[in-house]
Amino acid sequence: MSEAIKQAVVSDKMMIHMQGVNKWYGQFHVLKDINLAVTQGERIVLCGPSGSGKSTTIRCINRLEEHQQGQIIVDGTELTNDLKQIERIRSEVGMVFQHFNLFPHLTVLQNCTLAPLWVRKMPRKEAEEIAMHYLQRVRIPEQAHKYPGQLSGGQQQRVAIARALCMKPKIMLFDEPTSALDPEMVKEVLDTMIGLAQDGMTMLCVTHEMGFARTVANRVIFMDKGEIVEQAPPDQFFDHPQNERTKLFLGQILH
Amino acid sequence: MSNTTHTFKPSLPPPTLNVGVIGWLRTNLFSSVGNTLLTLVALYLIWLVVPPIFNWAFLQADWAGATRADCTAEGACWVFVKERFGQFMYGFYPAELRWRVDLTAVLAVVGAAPLFFDRFKHKARYGIALLVAYPVIAFWLLYGGFGLQVVPSSAWGGLMLTIVIAAVGIAGALPLGILLALGRRSSLPAIKVICVTTIEFWRGVPLITVLFLSSVMLPLFLPEGLSLDKLLRAVVMVVIFEAAYIAEVVRGGMQAIPKGQYEAAAAMGLGYWRTMGLVILPQALKLVIPGIVNTFIALFKDTSLVIIIGLFDFLNSIKRATADPAWLGMSTEGYVFAALVYWVFCFAMSSYSAHLERKLNTGHTR
Repeated sequence: MSEAIKQAVVSDKMMIHMQGVNKWYGQFHVLKDINLAVTQGERIVLCGPSGSGKSTTIRCINRLEEHQQGQIIVDGTELTNDLKQIERIRSEVGMVFQHFNLFPHLTVLQNCTLAPLWVRKMPRKEAEEIAMHYLQRVRIPEQAHKYPGQLSGGQQQRVAIARALCMKPKIMLFDEPTSALDPEMVKEVLDTMIGLAQDGMTMLCVTHEMGFARTVANRVIFMDKGEIVEQAPPDQFFDHPQNERTKLFLGQILH
Repeated sequence: MSNTTHTFKPSLPPPTLNVGVIGWLRTNLFSSVGNTLLTLVALYLIWLVVPPIFNWAFLQADWAGATRADCTAEGACWVFVKERFGQFMYGFYPAELRWRVDLTAVLAVVGAAPLFFDRFKHKARYGIALLVAYPVIAFWLLYGGFGLQVVPSSAWGGLMLTIVIAAVGIAGALPLGILLALGRRSSLPAIKVICVTTIEFWRGVPLITVLFLSSVMLPLFLPEGLSLDKLLRAVVMVVIFEAAYIAEVVRGGMQAIPKGQYEAAAAMGLGYWRTMGLVILPQALKLVIPGIVNTFIALFKDTSLVIIIGLFDFLNSIKRATADPAWLGMSTEGYVFAALVYWVFCFAMSSYSAHLERKLNTGHTR
């Protein structure tokens, strides 16, 4: 399987371009001169100690966080204060959160059709067909009419992935998607993500699942104290880390 | 270690001492010496209070007759309430036109009925149509014009007036309150300041003062010849006043919604109004149903304050009837009747809110 993913097409088309991005929370300098280019079909894993700015980095890509300096271009559109542009980019970029963030007052199916109906203005029938298609894809179509509160953590996260896919996004962002899950449910979510990778989805994942990084990523990025310290293809990254900080971090998480 | 299969223990029924009527009595009334004593004292108090009330209200009460002279029994004289019932319900509304008020009430019940059937498919569309059409029809029926004889609002009174003020108050205060709550949480400074000021001003003054000012002061500021209807002024004041309370209740609910819900909605490209309307408010309003209904129950009872500007609502109609020389000494019956009617309406609102809470519970707080 690993080989199939590695061969998935990576084109030259630039999807995300971050240049000299800086961000502060008050006095605290969270992102320091981040430069990152992601082409279509690339699968990137961001790792690093907590507070290193990896979540903030991907949250800047769909403007959940605002950057204060530098330039971020997503799918050819620069992120500025223009609300219309931001909403357009957000509708093309899917996001999966650590705590799922499903809407508890809506059924699984309604969660999945909400954005297609109201943002894409899709007819209800079509939106429901697409939703069922992706729920099948994450292997829980039988839960479509339940509420999120009735599902397990792993199932909820798979619904969250299906919900994001229903918008047919060009890029998927994963913000520690397995960190809030019970250990026995991590695999079902990772398998879903591996499936996505095989289909050539452009993905950025903040995760501590190094096995996943090895199998799926074309590039692993290590961040510390708001900076990109090292980036390399997984084999090189794990077997021959260059930077002392990277070695220390890997030593700590790989035991 | 050998390879064995674990056999799970079967589920057993609970011990019989803890279930059924006996079990309930044991756990709730006689679980300890102290509780047994409390139960006995409570039973004694009930025996002391309830039979005399029952005697007064039913066994020794007058039901038949038409005048004060028919009040011969020792207990309550319900003849008074029976004789003045029309006035309590309609105030000075002309007797031959009271069918219009009845029809308005019937239309409200019939019109709203489909909304309570789960099978009914087009609830949202029907509800909006009803919200637009019903007030127009109700106003036409109650006030007149377009072929109907006009009944000026000064002739409205009794329970009908109470319900009109409360219904318009509720229907107006909820949307306005929600807008104020959204405004108070807005990131736009100008809107935020306006909303905070409005809320804090109206919460800071007593309703009775507001009504008084609307009746006495407002005309002074209006241009010569332009006079706004007294009832209209009162209703507008009630709406704004109650909206300030609703705003704070709703804001409380919105603050209980996790940040992740806003982020998830934003991340899928929903704009501000859709995020609020489709994701945040449905959850926030559900959370604060008890608070909202609390405010509405208070509003329903506060309508009796309109006496300060000379409107005769339900309570004031009764109060005036008890002052009638032909029916002296009937105030107990009058106020008991008033209390009963207020209680029925408030309890109905409270029951409906409990029903709503159960229905909207999607089990996410397990």
